[in-house]
Amino acid sequence: MNYSVDDKGYYGKFGGAYIPEMLHPNVEELVENYLKIMAEPDFQEEFRALLKDYVGRPTPLYFAKRLSEKYNTKVYLKREDLNHTGAHKVNNTIGQILVAKRLGKKRIIAETGAGQHGVATATACALMGLQCIVYMGEVDIERQKPNVERMKLLGAEVRPATSGSKTLKDATNEAIRDWINNPVDTHYIIGSVVGPHPYPDMVARFQAVISEEIRWQLKEHEGTEEPDYVIACVGGGSNAAGAFYHFLDSENVKLIASEAAGFGVDSGKTAATTALGTEGVIHGSRTLLMQTEDGQIVEPHSISAGLDYPGIGPIHAHLFDSKRAEFFSITDDDAYASGVQLCRLEGIIPALESSHALAVLDKKQFKPDDIVVINLSGRGDKDLQTYIARGGY
Amino acid sequence: MNNRLTELFKKKDQEVLNIYFTAGFPKLEDTVRIAEALEKAGADILEIGMPYSDPLADGPTIQQSGQVALNNGMSIRKLFEQLEGVREKVSIPICLMGYINPVLQYGMDNFLKKASELGVDGLILPDLPMDEYEELYKQKFEEYSLSNVFLVTPQTSNERLKRIDALSDGFIYVVSTNSTTGNETKSTEDNTAYFERIKSAGLKNPTLIGFNIKDNSTFLNASKFANGAIIGSAFIKAIEGQENLEEVIDGFVKKVRG
Repeated sequence: MNYSVDDKGYYGKFGGAYIPEMLHPNVEELVENYLKIMAEPDFQEEFRALLKDYVGRPTPLYFAKRLSEKYNTKVYLKREDLNHTGAHKVNNTIGQILVAKRLGKKRIIAETGAGQHGVATATACALMGLQCIVYMGEVDIERQKPNVERMKLLGAEVRPATSGSKTLKDATNEAIRDWINNPVDTHYIIGSVVGPHPYPDMVARFQAVISEEIRWQLKEHEGTEEPDYVIACVGGGSNAAGAFYHFLDSENVKLIASEAAGFGVDSGKTAATTALGTEGVIHGSRTLLMQTEDGQIVEPHSISAGLDYPGIGPIHAHLFDSKRAEFFSITDDDAYASGVQLCRLEGIIPALESSHALAVLDKKQFKPDDIVVINLSGRGDKDLQTYIARGGY
Repeated sequence: MNNRLTELFKKKDQEVLNIYFTAGFPKLEDTVRIAEALEKAGADILEIGMPYSDPLADGPTIQQSGQVALNNGMSIRKLFEQLEGVREKVSIPICLMGYINPVLQYGMDNFLKKASELGVDGLILPDLPMDEYEELYKQKFEEYSLSNVFLVTPQTSNERLKRIDALSDGFIYVVSTNSTTGNETKSTEDNTAYFERIKSAGLKNPTLIGFNIKDNSTFLNASKFANGAIIGSAFIKAIEGQENLEEVIDGFVKKVRG
């Protein structure tokens, strides 16, 4: 089985570029250039140097002793929460802004859910001195206030998306509309492995540094590059794509994706895409998505704004369909409890997104000598409001 | 291919007026009523929008009309119910405009068959990729005598324009500016060079200019460079909240015609 993208932009039957003609020149320009640019030595040199000196990579692969004892298995946390800006998102924004610069773009737009990608984009723009506009759902602006202020502080303009569910999906619609209206000078930094080809592949390649590091770090810890399991949460799925990337063809490494069940898969307030989704097209890509019988996209729900998305990246639809990855649906309550538990056992406050990955420890039995790597995609400072509102800790 | 669209352009090649309206807006059962009123008022082509939750190519006006229609209970199934017998009331060409996802959910084959049976002449699906159309669907469209209408923009290269022309058989939808629908901050007047390029490209298909055409002067200007034009957002605004649709529509079309 092949898990990479083919030359038409498909992962198996998922992917492609379902875009109106107005977007064609922009997308075509990227298709023709992204691999070429990424292969240039001076690009690689600049990208690697920024990841090391600015982002703070490599991030630690930390053996979580007390968590391991509790679950009687060997748990390693890949500490993406220790990146500059507090999540894995910055790996991609640094990469894409270097691509945008080489394409001569002057204006950057982005969508954001939790605000992590927005902050990472605003950061990259400040670093490069480029204009930055971030679209964010009105609901998310309300529940992620600290990140909104961070973006503004970094010099970005935050524009509210007021249509539909006023969350990530709608922010993405508005960013795409902006790109249609500004086809020449603007680059759209998509924050996840979603959207038309080549975005899913480009973003996965920038996030692949996560699994590249896991391999050599695990070798130092355990004498093997390959864990038994890699676990990551999936909204659109960029941190999962990065954590899985260099293990896709290592069939001994079992891949686990956890998606947000919200109030429960059957509650009607959920973002459990593989559990409920059917094949369709969202944001330019053929994938699995939550939709009505009439093909209208269903408004999702999750406690974590970053997972509050009704689709998944086409690579994950393919991993699900081919059974290469096992998917779990984690409720708001279970994610929250796992988040609080990590605070107490390891002194790490995780993002609620990442807490969905941690919650898999309660859903699946691991053997004492299993090596389980969990991608801790972000830190929980931004979720403090939600933690406080729930309380009980 | 032979259908009402191809027949129309054989008879008329100037100032062809295509009006877009959203099915099920302002009220669920207004669809056929508006179609009849538009024909009576003198429109040449009807473009009926199938509302979608996430219409990427549309600006706020059409987007909101779609949301109202969806809240009213509009769906592809409902629209097809409404269009039963429409050919006894309306004789001008009908195009359905929409996004690919609802059509895929309905099933492309069933959709084309049903549309053809009801007397639809053309489809405008902006996010259906050209390659997919050619490989998977072109034959079916032809079997059902349905024209597939492609969009071109100021950024569309001459090479791509030729390919689009070769694949088209109703008319080509010339998007006036790089924008979503109804964006009034973008002027169509700066695009004379682009319109000239399309006009002199030697296309086998007729062309209609759309996006930001809103009144008599923009319609007549567009008609200088193409076989006519398409009005959407301005029409939606005109009928929004109106009770006496026939009168409003008659006035709107007459004003556009001048």
